[in-house]
Amino acid sequence: MTTRLREVDVVIVGLGWTGGILAKELSEAGMRVVALERGGMRGTNPDFAIPQIRDELKYAVRNHLMQNPARDTLTFRHSPTEPSLPMRQLGSFLPGEGLGGAGVHWNGVTWRWTGIDHAARSYYEQRYGKSFIPSDMPIQDWPMTYAELEPYYDKFERTAGVSGKAGNIRGTKQTGGNFFEQPRDRDYPLPALEPSYSQILFNDATAQMGYHPFPRPCANASRAYTNPDGSHLGACVYCGHCERFGCEANAKGSPHITVIPKAMAQPSFELRTHSWVTKVMLDSTKKKAIGVAYTDVSTGEEYEQPAAIVALCAYAINNVHLMLLSGIGTPYDATTQKGIVGKNYCYQPGGGGVTLFFEDRIFNPFMATGAFGIAIDDFHANDQFDRAAMSALGGATINVGQSNGRPIGYRPVPAGTPRWGAAWKKATAKWYLRAMNIGVTASNMPNRYNAYDLDPTYKNVFGQPLLRLTYNFLENDKKVIGYVAQKAAEIARSLKPASMTGPGMLGDYNIVPYQSTHNTGGAIMGSSPGNSALNKYLQSWDVPNVFVLGASAFPHNSAYNPTGPVGALAYWTADAIKTKFRNRPGLMT
Amino acid sequence: MKNKNRRDFLKTVGTVGATGIAAAVGGDTSVAGQSPAGSPAGRVLLDPAGGPVSHAYTFLTAPEAAFIEAAVDRFIPADDLTPGGTDCGVAVFIDRQLAGAWGSGDRTYMQGPWQKGVPTQGYQSPLTPAEFFRAGIAATNAYCRKTLQKDFDRLTVEQQNKVLQDMEQGRVTFEGTVPAQEFFNLLLGTAMQGFFADPIYGGNRDKAAWKMIGFPGVIAIYSEHIKTYRNKKYDVEPKSILDLS
Ligand SMILES: Cc1cc2nc3c(=O)[nH]c(=O)nc-3n(C[C@H](O)[C@H](O)[C@H](O)COP(=O)(O)OP(=O)(O)OC[C@H]3O[C@@H](n4cnc5c(N)ncnc54)[C@H](O)[C@@H]3O)c2cc1C
Repeated sequence: MTTRLREVDVVIVGLGWTGGILAKELSEAGMRVVALERGGMRGTNPDFAIPQIRDELKYAVRNHLMQNPARDTLTFRHSPTEPSLPMRQLGSFLPGEGLGGAGVHWNGVTWRWTGIDHAARSYYEQRYGKSFIPSDMPIQDWPMTYAELEPYYDKFERTAGVSGKAGNIRGTKQTGGNFFEQPRDRDYPLPALEPSYSQILFNDATAQMGYHPFPRPCANASRAYTNPDGSHLGACVYCGHCERFGCEANAKGSPHITVIPKAMAQPSFELRTHSWVTKVMLDSTKKKAIGVAYTDVSTGEEYEQPAAIVALCAYAINNVHLMLLSGIGTPYDATTQKGIVGKNYCYQPGGGGVTLFFEDRIFNPFMATGAFGIAIDDFHANDQFDRAAMSALGGATINVGQSNGRPIGYRPVPAGTPRWGAAWKKATAKWYLRAMNIGVTASNMPNRYNAYDLDPTYKNVFGQPLLRLTYNFLENDKKVIGYVAQKAAEIARSLKPASMTGPGMLGDYNIVPYQSTHNTGGAIMGSSPGNSALNKYLQSWDVPNVFVLGASAFPHNSAYNPTGPVGALAYWTADAIKTKFRNRPGLMT
Repeated sequence: MKNKNRRDFLKTVGTVGATGIAAAVGGDTSVAGQSPAGSPAGRVLLDPAGGPVSHAYTFLTAPEAAFIEAAVDRFIPADDLTPGGTDCGVAVFIDRQLAGAWGSGDRTYMQGPWQKGVPTQGYQSPLTPAEFFRAGIAATNAYCRKTLQKDFDRLTVEQQNKVLQDMEQGRVTFEGTVPAQEFFNLLLGTAMQGFFADPIYGGNRDKAAWKMIGFPGVIAIYSEHIKTYRNKKYDVEPKSILDLS
C-alpha cells in the first residue's frame, strides 16, 4: 500500500552538495522543503571520529561511505556491439550515499571552469574552423557565460572554504595565482595550503621551463574559518585521510557541516533519510510533475510525496537514471541520434602521469591533503595553447598533488619490479618515501556513442531497469593524453630522477580501478529543447517544474574537476527558483 | 616452523596444548595449535608486543589454510625486513575477510544473468569472493597434483614460486570455473590488504608492514611537519587503531 503525503513546495531528491545548497536556499526563503535521501544520517561525530575513521581497508578499499552496488548499479559496455554487464563492485567511480552525499568524502579540488569550457563549440569553430570538430563529437556551448556565473562561483568558494591564490582579480593579473584564470571579483576566502616538498620541486621546475605554476584551489581549509553562513571549519592538519573519508577536523568543505545544518535549522525544512526515490510522478500531460514516489528502505513502506517543484539532486548518474525511469524528456538513441536524455556522457581520462624515483629525496607521502597541489594550466585553460599541434580539442592540466600515503593503495615501485616476493619487498621498503607523482588530468569531449540508456536485462532491488552506460576513451582523448603526457615527462626529466615510470598510453576505458568520480552529462543544458534536456536554469524543457542539478548538466567534461561549477550552478538555480519561478511557475527564459 | 609444512607439523604435535608448544619453540612467533576434531584448524600467534593472541580459522579448512599460509609466505617471504606473511597474520586476515561480509558478497551486485565479460568490465563471477577463493584453492591444488603430484603447500618453495608466477602471467589454465590469473590477482590483492591494513583486522602484526616502509599510521597531525619534514625522514613508532582503541 502506498501512503500519499501532504503536498509541499519543493521535494529534493538526494541531500549531497547540490541538494544541500538548494535545501538551505529555498527553506530560508520560506518555501516548504522536503529532502529525501536514500542513505542514512551521518555527522562528523561520531561517524568520522578518530581513530576509527583512519581505517584504509574499510573506507578506501571497501567503500563504506559510498553507494552499495548490491541495491543499484549500472551496466557497462565499451560500444553498442559489446554485451553490457553490471558493474558488480564499485571501482572506477564512487557515488555517495548518505547525508552529505559524495560531498563528505570528496577531495575538495574546486575549480572555476574556463571561458573555453563555457564556449566549447564557438571557441573551436572560431579559432580552428568548423571542420576541426569531428562530426561525431556533439560539443556545444553552455547556455550562460562565465561572467554570469562568477558571483555564484564566489558564493560556493566562500561556503566551502576554498584555499587558493587568485590569478586575475577584475582583469588585473596576480602573481602567484593561475595566470590563465578568468577574472574574479576577489581572492579566495583562504590562502593556499603549505606545499609539500614534491610540489615545491614541481613548482620550481615548471617555472624554470617557462610554464605558469600555481596552487590548485582546494576546499581543504588552510586555517580555521567561519563561512558567511556562520558555519565553522577547522584547519586542515594534512592527515592524508581525505578523499573517501569524512574529515574529523571539519576542515574539508562539506555539505554536512555547512549548508545542510543551516537548512535543518529552518522550520520549513524536513529531511527524511533511508528514503529512496524510485520515480518522478507526472500528470497525464507528461508536462508536469506532481511529486515523487519513494520507498523507505528501512521499513519497505512506499510513499508518494506531492510537490510543486521536484529537484533531482541525486548525483549526475542517478539524475539521468531517474529521468529515464520517469519518462522526463525523450531518451537518446545513439543509432538514430534522436532524443536527448542520456546524451553526452563524459568522464575524465588520466593515465598520462609519471612517477619519479629519487635515491636521495624524501617525500613523506602520508603528509597530505585531499586537494592541495601545484598545477600548470598551460595546456588547458590557456586559450593561446595551439590545439592544432596535438590535432585534438580540449587539453589537460599537469599537477602534483599529494593526497595520501595509505599503504594498501599507495606503494610506488620502479618499472620492472615484481609484484610480490623478496625483490618486491625490498623495492617497496626502499621507494615508499622516495617517490613523487606528476599527474595529467584531461578533458573529455562527447561522442555520439558515449551515452546512457536503460538496460534491457538487469534490474535493481526495486525491479527497475539499471542504467546502461556505453563508454570508451576515443581518438581525441588519446591524442590529448599522448601530447600532454610528453610535456609531463619533460618536466619530470628536468628533475633528474634516478628512474621514472610512465607516461602510459591511454587504452580502453577500464571500469575496475578508481580514476575519478567525475561523471558528467546525460541531462545536458543548452540553448534550446533541440540541443538539450535542460535550459540555462537547469530546468527540464519538457517538464518545467523539474530541476536537475549536478554535473549531469555539463555538455562535455573539462580537464578540471566538476564540483566548482556544480556548486555554483546550484546557487544559480536556487536564485532563479526564488526570484523567478516562485512568482511565475513555468519555463523560465 | 619456518621450513616445516603446516600439515606435517599438525601431525607431529598431535594433541599437545597450544601454550605448551609456544613455550617449547621459544623465539618463534607463530605456532600451530591443536586442531579439535571436525573443526577448522586452530592457531596461536604470539604477539611480539605482548602475550599470546589466539586465532582460529573460521572459514578456511585445514588444507585451505595450509594453502593460504604457503601462498602468503611466498608473497611476503620472511627476511630482515619483516617476518613472513603467515607470521604477520596475513592468513588470519584472509580467513576473517572470507568469513565476513566481504567474503559473502557484501557490496556486490549478485543478480544474474552471468556472462563472461572483458576484464575491463570487472568482476562477473556468480560466486561470492569466499566461494571464489574456495574454488580457486581447489583448482590450484588440482593443477599442482596433476602436474607435480602434490598439493600446493607440499611443493618446494621454488615449485610454489613457479606455480604462482605461471598463474600471474596467465601461463596456466585451470579446469573448472575459476580462471587462474583472476584467482591469482584476487589472492595477491587480498594478501596485500592484509599485510598493509590496520592490525585491527588481524594482519600487519606488530605493524610490521608499516615499519618496513615508514608509514606512521593513524596519528596524523602534520600541520607543522609539512614544512619541517620536507626532504627529511619522519621517524616515529607507527600507531594503529588497535593501539589507540
Ligand atoms: C572519492 C571522491 C573524490 C572526489 N574529489 C573531488 C574533487 O577533488 N573535486 C571535485 O570537484 N569533485 C570531486 N568529487 C566529486 C564530488 O563529490 C561531486 O561532484 C559532488 O559531491 C556532487 O554533488 P551532487 O549533489 O551532485 O551529488 P552528491 O553529493 O553525491 O549527492 C547525491 C545524493 O543523492 C542521494 N541519492 C541518489 N539517488 C537517490 C534516490 N534515488 N533517492 C534518494 N536519494 C538519492 C545519494 O545518496 C547522495 O547522498 C569526488 C568524488 C569522490 C567520490
